[in-house]
Amino acid sequence: MNAIEVKGLHKSYGAVQAVRGIDLSIATGEIFALLGPNGAGKTTTVEILEGFRSRDSGDVSVLGFDPHDEGAGAREWRNRIGIVLQSTSDSGDLSVGETIEHFSGYYSNPRNVEEVINSVGLDEKAGSLIRKLSGGQRRRLDVALGIIGNPELLFLDEPTTGFDPEARRSFWALIQKLRSDGTTILLTTHYLDEAEALADRVGVINEGKIIEISTPIELGGRSTAQALVSWREGSHTKSLATDNPTAVVNKLTTQFNGEIPELTVTRPSLEDIYLKMIGVTHE
Amino acid sequence: MNKIPSTISLGIRRGGLEIRQFSRQRESVVFTLLFPVILLVIFGSVFTDTIAPNVTFSQYFVAGMIASGLVNTGFQALAITIPLERDFGALKRLRGTPMPASSYFIGKAILVSVSMVIQILMLLGFGTIFFGVDMPTDINKWITFTWLTLLGSACSTALGIAFSIVPKSGRGASAVVSPIVIILQFFSGVFLIYTQLPSWMQQFAALFPLKWLTQGMRSVFLPDSFATQEVAKSWENGKTFLILLVWLVVGIFFSVRKFKWDRD
Repeated sequence: MNAIEVKGLHKSYGAVQAVRGIDLSIATGEIFALLGPNGAGKTTTVEILEGFRSRDSGDVSVLGFDPHDEGAGAREWRNRIGIVLQSTSDSGDLSVGETIEHFSGYYSNPRNVEEVINSVGLDEKAGSLIRKLSGGQRRRLDVALGIIGNPELLFLDEPTTGFDPEARRSFWALIQKLRSDGTTILLTTHYLDEAEALADRVGVINEGKIIEISTPIELGGRSTAQALVSWREGSHTKSLATDNPTAVVNKLTTQFNGEIPELTVTRPSLEDIYLKMIGVTHE
Repeated sequence: MNKIPSTISLGIRRGGLEIRQFSRQRESVVFTLLFPVILLVIFGSVFTDTIAPNVTFSQYFVAGMIASGLVNTGFQALAITIPLERDFGALKRLRGTPMPASSYFIGKAILVSVSMVIQILMLLGFGTIFFGVDMPTDINKWITFTWLTLLGSACSTALGIAFSIVPKSGRGASAVVSPIVIILQFFSGVFLIYTQLPSWMQQFAALFPLKWLTQGMRSVFLPDSFATQEVAKSWENGKTFLILLVWLVVGIFFSVRKFKWDRD
């Protein structure tokens, strides 16, 4: 069974159609990244799946449960999911350890508090009050609170905003570890390299619709796109788009009789492809 | 697979956390717990007259301050702090966990009860030591005192949670809530002697719980002979009980049905 199943999802705010017919299936154990510019309907979609928002029409099943249901099943359902929201904060008068320990009490089978603190790299801050944490440390606390309940399904909404590069790498390692434990993860992010590093599949959403769902390697025909070979010839930089970069390089090797000055061979990055898909051209 | 913790046990956990959080906010501890005592010191020092045989103004004022404390620590504090928690996103985060709304409400009720007990002890302590306030000796009066405090706290908590949906933002909450409380305090006979107020003020105040709590507390702390000076010539404790109960039900209804976890 799929962890998430969405069919024909629609949601409007007044005259604004935020979500205009989304279909989505996310398999159990998969890391799925949802990409899209601000206002594309990303947050609305995710918040409907998380049970924070109602929908106008469409079928939604998350771990076999309709997130809009508020009956006795809702607690059982929330016990199985973890949510890391985009912006959360609190009065900050509790310590990191106290907060995580407290939240662990909400769940039937929480993870070990100390392990979670270590896994997000807050071990040295366990005794610090939340209001004394930096932005990135607070974000790691958010992540800790999202995973403390040992969720089968984890929602991550732009989790690494405000992280330094090192913290992002160690966060990625944490997410990969969660995946290897069998956690399904729905990630929204602005960072294309993050999607590429983590996601099994990515979906690009724009103007309330999903434009494409694919693996990061194949998105937008990236894997078969022409490569760009460029090099220096005299004082000019020359470049050539080609389906056969190896042949071009071979030819150039002969031409230069050895080393080709400033040679690069590039394929479009995920970012190039993504920007093209949502209709933004590079400056 | 273990079971999800019960609503009650999570409510108690929430209560412990609320108290810990509250005790670390020094300004609100001082303001909430000491403010009634400060008012008692001011009013008790200025008005030293007796307002009836054997009834000092301080005696009258202590009754009013205890009633008013119930409204301050419950209604006022919650209707201001809950919108703040909502602005922070703390409520939305809680909403995404298996902790039920009722546990959150129970936690708030525990916080209100604990601060109320501390406040009452301080008011009675200061009152008896410095302003010659007499404690009731009749056990029935203490029974009245107990149910009034319990029902009053519950009512005030429920209405505070219900009213938390009114302020649009945490920053503006105080400006919406505080004037309501201050006006009710003046109209309900907390700072001024109720029977000396114009009747339109009395009738307006009689619609809300504070007037009844204040009158009920007077029945505890003033001699029974004073009852004849009340507007109805009696303490009307039965009526007080019913009116508080109705407001409690109204508060719970709106809290459960309309509580907002998320700004927008």
